[in-house]
Amino acid sequence: MLTIDNLANEIDGKAILKGLSLSIKAGEIHAIMGPNGAGKSTLAYTLGGRPGYQVTGGDASFNGVNLFSLEPHERAAAGLFLGFQYPVEIPGVSNLQFLRESLNSQRKARGEEPLSGGEFIKLAKEKAALLGLDMEMLKRPVNVGFSGGEKKRAEMVQMGILDPKLAILDETDSGLDIDALKIVGAGINAIMRKPDKAVLLITHYQRLLDYVKPDFVHVLAGGRIVKSGGPELALELEREGYAEVAAA
Amino acid sequence: MTTLTLPTRKAEEWRYSDLDALATVWPTPAPTRIDVAAGESVRHHLLQDAADGAAAVHDYAITIADGARCDFHVLNIGGKLGRVTFAVTLGKGSHFELNGAIIGGGDQVLEIITSVTHAQPDATSGQTIRSILGQHATGSYLGSINVARDAQRTDAFQSVKAMLLDRTATANAKPELEIYADDVKCAHGATVGELDKQALFYMASRGMDPATAKTLLLKAFVAGVFDDVADEAVKGSLEAAALAKLETLV
Ligand SMILES: Nc1ncnc2c1ncn2[C@@H]1O[C@H](COP(=O)(O)OP(=O)(O)OP(=O)(O)O)[C@@H](O)[C@H]1O
Ligand SMILES: [Mg+2]
Repeated sequence: MLTIDNLANEIDGKAILKGLSLSIKAGEIHAIMGPNGAGKSTLAYTLGGRPGYQVTGGDASFNGVNLFSLEPHERAAAGLFLGFQYPVEIPGVSNLQFLRESLNSQRKARGEEPLSGGEFIKLAKEKAALLGLDMEMLKRPVNVGFSGGEKKRAEMVQMGILDPKLAILDETDSGLDIDALKIVGAGINAIMRKPDKAVLLITHYQRLLDYVKPDFVHVLAGGRIVKSGGPELALELEREGYAEVAAA
Repeated sequence: MTTLTLPTRKAEEWRYSDLDALATVWPTPAPTRIDVAAGESVRHHLLQDAADGAAAVHDYAITIADGARCDFHVLNIGGKLGRVTFAVTLGKGSHFELNGAIIGGGDQVLEIITSVTHAQPDATSGQTIRSILGQHATGSYLGSINVARDAQRTDAFQSVKAMLLDRTATANAKPELEIYADDVKCAHGATVGELDKQALFYMASRGMDPATAKTLLLKAFVAGVFDDVADEAVKGSLEAAALAKLETLV
């Protein structure tokens, strides 16, 4: 589904990713862990096409398409979803308006008919219920006045509605209380654990991985993947820390 | 007072104007008079949507008698020069409310000029102006509030926000206060900003194409200006004209 080959990038002329390679197949869940400042969010933003994240080397191919040849909104229409570490607030634009425009933009790009108002509301209600988010919250402006945990939950409602092929979730677990973590974990499984989909989870803690069980775990440090393994690697990291494991 | 000599840019209220365009319609007719009788309440609106290249000047002289109220909504989007001016005099305990939007592109010069005089005590006034300017457009709000010595307990505000879509566009915002009374509340704020790049990327990451994303943000920016237009048909036509104009700019 996603093949990243020797990816290098710069932000404001500063090299962050330095030859990162990673391959994700349909049906797989991967987790990336790594110290603060390692470049995890940078990887997510670069794949999403955030302006200012200059690709200076390497490739990324998404279902056979050169990801970097697509504009950010075209990447979404192709099935990429980015869960933000810090979801953005958009005053004056309601979640429902935001999501309906997004979904219909994607559908238009794929040559599909737009969803009617009624069909969209039905879909939104279903996904809000899945994540235990009050429909009233979706009438409010995007992320404005949402608590940290509510923002993360709302992002997963967005993912449910947009129904991507590949989700890159950047610290979706941060800010969630114990119960919310369980609900969000179950939501991710319900939406994304399918043979034709894949997930890349960026996280610092095992707790989310207890609910969304990864097939592979990678350690990102200094702009590269320095170690890869199975689910046991996450437990090892939690026990021994990055320095030990990365050096081993 | 209308004189026959073309104004110059030396006069503060003409400083940012387009005098060549003005010359094509000079001298402009006497101002439209609106006199609101004591205790009455009136609503007016103007959709300034002159043809491309034209010069449109609308001057209003408004007197609001004791205890009366005037609500004015203006959308200023048409012509090479689109200029709307208000000279308002407020009686005792009266209220004036102006809600305006300026949306310009090309090399348009669009202006809202106000002079609000609180001549008597206990009057209130509010002015909310939102401007969206792209390409080489210039949008100006020049607003003076004059509070006479007797006009105690005046309460006046000016809220002016401009959004520049291109570095080549210009916004001028000059709220001015001249106060001769001592028990007065006057609040004014003016900001000039650009579209939020983080919000644009967030929207793109969800699949929204750039034109739709910009239009949504701009609609949110001007939302509220026409919220309290009482006549639904008028409100609909102002909102539709604003949206159609926005769509030419993104
Ligand atoms: N706009 C920027 N200009 C310069 N450096 C930046 C910019 N944005 C990020 N960086 C740097 O890039 C490096 C990687 O940051 P990134 O946010 O990808 O780390 P991370 O692995 O996600 O960390 P965390 O676990 O704390 O979220 C950091 O050193 C950061 O300071
Ligand atoms: Mg990060």
